[in-house]
Amino acid sequence: MRTLPSLLLLAGALFASAASAQITGTVTDESGNQSFVVAIPPLTTPDDVATPAGQTADLGRKVAEIISNDLNATDVFTPKGPAGLRGIAMPEVTAPAFAEWEGLGAENLVHGFVRANTDGTLMVGCYLYDVSLKSEMVRQGYVVGPRDWRRAAHKCADSIYSRLSGENPFFDSRIAYIAETGPKGNRVKRLAIMDSDGANHRFITNGQALALTPRFSPDYKSIVYVSYIERRARVYVYDIASGRQRLVTESPNQTFSPRWSPDGSSILYSMSVGGNTDLYRVSSAGGGTPVRLTNTPAIETGGSYSPDGSKIVFESDRSGSQQIYVMNADGSGQQRISFGGGNYATPEWSPRGNLIAFTRVGGGAFRIGVMSPAGNGEKLLTNSWQDEAPTWSPNGRVIQFFRTTQGSGKTAVMQVDVTGAKERKIDTPVDGSDPAWGPILP
Amino acid sequence: MKRKNTTALLLAVSLMAVAGCAKKQKPQDLPPPPIGAEGNTGAVTAPTGPTPGSQADFIASITADRIYFDTDKSDVDAEDQATLATQAEWLKKYPNTRVTIEGHADERGTRDYNIALGARRANSAKNALAAMGIDAARISTVSYGKERPEALGSTEADWARNRRAVTVTVQ
Repeated sequence: MRTLPSLLLLAGALFASAASAQITGTVTDESGNQSFVVAIPPLTTPDDVATPAGQTADLGRKVAEIISNDLNATDVFTPKGPAGLRGIAMPEVTAPAFAEWEGLGAENLVHGFVRANTDGTLMVGCYLYDVSLKSEMVRQGYVVGPRDWRRAAHKCADSIYSRLSGENPFFDSRIAYIAETGPKGNRVKRLAIMDSDGANHRFITNGQALALTPRFSPDYKSIVYVSYIERRARVYVYDIASGRQRLVTESPNQTFSPRWSPDGSSILYSMSVGGNTDLYRVSSAGGGTPVRLTNTPAIETGGSYSPDGSKIVFESDRSGSQQIYVMNADGSGQQRISFGGGNYATPEWSPRGNLIAFTRVGGGAFRIGVMSPAGNGEKLLTNSWQDEAPTWSPNGRVIQFFRTTQGSGKTAVMQVDVTGAKERKIDTPVDGSDPAWGPILP
Repeated sequence: MKRKNTTALLLAVSLMAVAGCAKKQKPQDLPPPPIGAEGNTGAVTAPTGPTPGSQADFIASITADRIYFDTDKSDVDAEDQATLATQAEWLKKYPNTRVTIEGHADERGTRDYNIALGARRANSAKNALAAMGIDAARISTVSYGKERPEALGSTEADWARNRRAVTVTVQ
């Protein structure tokens, strides 16, 4: 398998005069969030030539579409175009027609170009302007192989997003999930991976064995997941390059619900012994002795590390119903943090550290919500018959989860931003569940 | 050795297919096991009734191969005890036969919790059989969580049928 070539940063981060520029003229929605109106006309090309990825002029339009789609994922932006906007000429890339774009209501403007280099690579130029100040805010150039042209678009969107929102980037990242086919009574579940927007999809396992709950390792080299290949739930680490997998721990008991520690050195998992499920930790290198972290007759599962690795959030039904608890990484200091009605399940600690995402079950619905690690400020983001299993974008601003349809049992990977304002379905070739977002790519 | 395993597997699959239909009919109405008829092997012939000690014989000899649970519960009530007692009686007749108990949950739970819940249910059934004198070493358990529903709708009645622990003989 090939590894993703690193993107060559040509122009560096030239924030130029932007450092002193004030962002003005933004709109404010009901929730008090600013939303930037960003015009994104098709990227241009100095010379429309054929490449393995298509004509450079076509690529210019597609790159603009990806940027627009990416920026529409959060409530920070109101992207306009590329549909309905005129194309631009090459000289406009560095000298935009500001008055014209201002007349269209744009506060910010994305310009750029796609150029075929003589060595077979593509150069994607990416510029962001403040329209009213007529100032340049971002100037980036990305050189990629033709197969990675979409990554250049995601990197451009990440630069724009970071510059305007002050947040860390997240578009250039990947998702591991479970691709589902077949009838409800005998679903075929395959491990699969894709880009954060659903593109570059690839099946990993062939569906002979039930596969569940994958998680990318922090370095994207392997995936920890549950397979029933030996007719019971067991946690395996799958090496993407070699296609080989190994058990994380040899045990006659069922193991499931795996998560990496933030540094990738350990795997947290659940093990059911004599019907009693507790949390355990074992070295991800294999061969180590598992360490038991909880010890009650209740079900403890769904463990997830805080980003600094010092704490673990998990669910337990020790109170009589599923609720969320936080403990130190060694199992000490267990404290309940959820106290609302119904059940709370599948807690996931945000990579920013500031929030716990969860599934709340009650009132005939399964909903995705967030609360602070102390249990304060609970907010429900979705409302559906069955939404479950949140996973965080690398910057902690967006959540993916999966939605099950009543009756048919069909599943879909969904996405919502952390304010709950922007919900969308992620397109997958077949049904999808158990999404797991990996880190931002280098 | 390899061939023998394959044969055993084919048998188990065929027999499980029979077991799958069994709950909807009286055990006496069971068709003869389709083992010989399928022509997969010439190893077993099914003359008039289930082969003694087989899964089909197990199904024909017991009240039911499964017990049911309330939402989020795993306790074995008196009715379940009576069902399991007939399983225990059969197991005492065939002391070399091993069983696997498959624990299941309905779709209205989160995935990991349902695996844990299915494990709890399978273990409850195992403990009940052990209390009736069946050597626990003969009983293995597996949980499928919500992954293998039997009733395919999304009603309370469907969910009740899916919250189950099913005893399957290991042939």
